[in-house]
Order: sequence, then C-alpha cells, then structure tokens
Amino acid sequence: MDNENKLRVKGPGSARRQFPADTARMACGVGLLGLGLSLYARHAKALPPAAIRPPGAIPEAEFSAACIRCGMCVRDCPFDILLLAKPEEPMSTGTPYFVARQAPCEMCEDIPCIKACPTNALDHSLTDITKSKMGLAVLVDQETCLNFLGLRCDICYRVCPVLDKAITLDPQNNLRTGKHTLFIPVVHSEHCTGCGLCEKACPTEIAAIKVFPLYLAKGQLSAHYRLGWVEKEKAGGSLVAPDVEHQYNMPEGMQYEHGKGLSAVPPAPISPVEPVGLPKAFQGGKL
Amino acid sequence: MSAGFLRPGAEAIAEKGWLLAHKWLILRRASQIGILLLFLVGPWFKWWIVKGNLNYSYTLDFLPLTDAFQFVQLLAARQIPETIAIIGAGLVVLFYWLVGGRTYCSWVCPVNLVTDLANWLRARLGLKGGAHLSRQTRYWIFGMALVATALSGTLVWEMVNPVTLLQRGLIFGMGFAWTVILAVFLFDLFVMRHGWCGHFCPVGVCYSLIGKFSLLRVKLPAREACNDCMDCFAVCPEQQVIRPALKAINGRAPIILDENCTNCGRCIDVCSKNVFRFGARIGAATGAGAVAPLPK
Repeated sequence: MDNENKLRVKGPGSARRQFPADTARMACGVGLLGLGLSLYARHAKALPPAAIRPPGAIPEAEFSAACIRCGMCVRDCPFDILLLAKPEEPMSTGTPYFVARQAPCEMCEDIPCIKACPTNALDHSLTDITKSKMGLAVLVDQETCLNFLGLRCDICYRVCPVLDKAITLDPQNNLRTGKHTLFIPVVHSEHCTGCGLCEKACPTEIAAIKVFPLYLAKGQLSAHYRLGWVEKEKAGGSLVAPDVEHQYNMPEGMQYEHGKGLSAVPPAPISPVEPVGLPKAFQGGKL
Repeated sequence: MSAGFLRPGAEAIAEKGWLLAHKWLILRRASQIGILLLFLVGPWFKWWIVKGNLNYSYTLDFLPLTDAFQFVQLLAARQIPETIAIIGAGLVVLFYWLVGGRTYCSWVCPVNLVTDLANWLRARLGLKGGAHLSRQTRYWIFGMALVATALSGTLVWEMVNPVTLLQRGLIFGMGFAWTVILAVFLFDLFVMRHGWCGHFCPVGVCYSLIGKFSLLRVKLPAREACNDCMDCFAVCPEQQVIRPALKAINGRAPIILDENCTNCGRCIDVCSKNVFRFGARIGAATGAGAVAPLPK
C-alpha cells in the first residue's frame, strides 16, 4: 500500500515525464490505427475483375490517389452507367466504375465523363473515345460461345462500335461437320476500347465474351523478345543469310528426301565440292 | 431526473422566449438540412442545382467548390487536380476564412446531425461519464491520415471517413456506409461525449486550421453580465474554448479566438444575459488586445 501511494504522489518532475509519455501513447495509438487503415486501403486497391473504370481512367495504382470521389462523372454520364464504390465493395470507396454486363459504356463522342472530372483521375488529354482503353474484351468461354459451336451468332461482332477492327471473324474448318465453317470471333487489343457492348449483348445465359481490366486481360512479351519476321522486314532481308539447309545424318550411301523417304544414293562422279549449307561466317565470308 | 433540475437554456427560454432561445439552432438545422436537400433534389427530382457531393461540387454550372481536406489529401498523394478544382478549393478556403473555419462542422457537415442527436439523447437519458481522451488526438489523426496517404499512394482516410461516407451514401447510394454512421452515433452516445467531432475527426482539424485566422467570431461584449449559470458550457461542443474569453484568463479580450469554436451559436441562444453575439474579429469592441496573448 505504501509503495502504491508513493507512486501516486506527483514529484516535481512528473509533468516533465508526463509529456513524452502522453506523446508516445498518442503516437503509438494513432500509428496503429494508421497501419490498420493503410492495410485495409491496400487490400481495396486492386480492382475486382467485373469493375471497369470510366474512359480515360489513369492506371489503377494512381487512380485511387487522384480521384476526389465526387461523382461528377456519374452525374454527367448520359446513359447513367457509372456507380460509386460502396464501402463493402472490394475497391477504393467512392470511386467510379461500371459493370459491362449490366450497363456498358456507350462511347459518347464528346466523352462528358472526362469533361466533368475535376481531377486528373480521368485523363483530359483523351479526346478520341475510340482510343480509350477501359479494359479488354476476352472470349473467355469457347465451349459456350455460339460461333464456336458452329452457329452464325456474330452478335458481339455486330454490336462492336469499332466494327470489324476490335473484333474480327476468323474462318476456320468445322471439323465436326467436315463441310462447314466456324466464324471465330477474335479480339484485337489494338482497337478494343473495353466498352463492354459485346459482353452486354452476348445472348448466352452467362456471357461467353467478357471485358476485364487491362491488367487481367492483357499479356506482355518479355522486353528482349524479337519477332523474326518483323525484324526481317525492318532489315529488308534475312539477318542470318543464307538459311541453313537441313542436314540429315544418314547411314553411308543413303539419302532422305521429303515425301519420298529413305533411298539409296545414286552413284555419282566424285568431285571436290565446297561445303554447303553453312552460314557465311563459317565460310570465311562477312555478314 | 430530479425535479429541481433545469435543462440548459431554460432560463433563456423564460427570459427571451422559445424562438429567440433557439434562433441559431433553428438556422443551423435549416442550413444543414437545406444544403443536404440541395444535393438531393438532383437525384430525386432531376433538379440539378448542385452536382457532385461535399468532396467536390459544381453549382448551377458555374460555381466549383472543393473540400479543403480532400484537396490536402490529394496533395499528400502527390496529385495535382484540374484548375477548376484548385479554384474550388480556393473559394472554400476564402469562404471559411470569412465565416469561421469549423463553421463547416456545425452548419454544413451532415455527421453533425448524427452526433448532435447522440449528444442530445445522452443528455436526455442522463448518461454520464465514459471514456476520456485528449482533444489533441484529432491532430494526430489528421497527421496520420496525410502520412499514410503519402506512403501508400491512396486516399487512406476516405476508406472510413464518416463525413463523406454519409453524404455520398445519401446522394449516390448508401450500401453499408450506415454501419459506420451507426458506429459513430453509438460511440458518441455511450462511449465518449462529443467523441467523434470533438476528438477524432480530421476534417474538422483541416477547417480549424483555416479558422485560426477567420473573421467571424463569437464575441462576449457583455461578459460582465455573466451569472455563472454554466448553460453555455453545458451546450458547447468544444467547452474549452469559452473559459479564456468569458473569464478573461490571462487578460484575454472578450472574443472566442480558439480555432475549434464551431460558430454554432448555441451559447448565444442559451444565455439569458445576452453575453454572446456574433461579430468580426477586428473592430472597436475587441480592441487591439484581441489577438495579443498576454504574459503569464
């Protein structure tokens, strides 16, 4: 008891000790709160697959920092497709998105949503709606796509506002019937704006073609990859000339020809022959 | 409640009549609800007087207004908004510099309706005590929100900010935002008196910083008439702001200069001696000594 009472008596230095103690308590408490909030915000930073940002939206990592969550884009959208994320939805609360299957972007030529945005969350330098990249359409289910089943549905191809560019129909043999053609819808990321009209229009119970945010839908080649035929075109000719002729290791006196197969080498007058089929470099020539 | 207990303001009602004893309260409620309705008649009746929400709004297609705390958060996230939003922020700072910084809290903010209700109920139910916390906490939270925003690159506080959750919820669809509002209400009712607005809210902090220099203040031209009835202390949401001016602590002039006074005007209403009134910071009544702190 005595000791306890002694502790309660405030000494001359208690006020001096109290200040740093209070500060430490406050810093720790509020710091923990901040940590929790930051982790929560971090979880909500990734965009769910069905949520598509309005046209001109800057990359997701910056979007949730730049958007002031005012809903001006929602108000000025003449088709009323945009929603603001509610707290229970797994994205930054109050930021705008649309769900293509419910209401796709109708791609207004004057892009009123961008004009309404008071921040740079929607890129004001985007003036041509066909250049927007809201997402990318992906034919996700080849088992249920009617065109894959051999029908001439073609609806996604027909409703696409970038007609015959964003989606083309690629004719292929119908191996099932042996005499018909499959018209396979192929999406071209160069032209697809991710408006979602195709997903909305897909007549199957659950859409076979869906729009996803670019980070989910688009792959990327490694930086060091080169496409041989592109490089060849750029250089105006093959870079490893001449092409190496394939050589077979045959039993002596035998040869192999495509189509004919193995055969005996016809006897021929023996003459000194230059080595063939080796790159110039091996022949002492310069590349 | 004991029979002899008079509710704060009872004397003022007897002295001035009910209407005058509730003048500023009625005006304040009209302002809070009116501003909310201005935002709501758009989605309700397609009368687009105001578009947007308190974060950023566009009135009658010419007046942009940007919330000061939203603007500061954007800057902390290293984002520069469009010129129109910068103009909007400038107008808001200018306006609240004129009418008092935390005037936003008591005349505009929709959460104030919730916390005032909690506080009113708390008084009616006679709930006493509860948790105590320094009123400085809000400044720490203000700092934390900005630091966390700068480090994480997303507007961290906006995930939970009851002010924007409530108003955006009412205008654009509530979702589960009501749970946050209910939490604030219950916290203020059972856990801490004036808990949210008085201890935690960083939006209020942002406006109080504007209010440090603001023009419109509560003045006490008749502080000598004070009969120590304590009614003003009972109704004031930031009680600590009254005493220095009312009791001339350290020779303070008769004007409330504390940045956390919300200019709600309840002290003016409930004072039966008409000690308080609104007035400008500068002027003959306060004198030059108004801003100069005197030595201890």
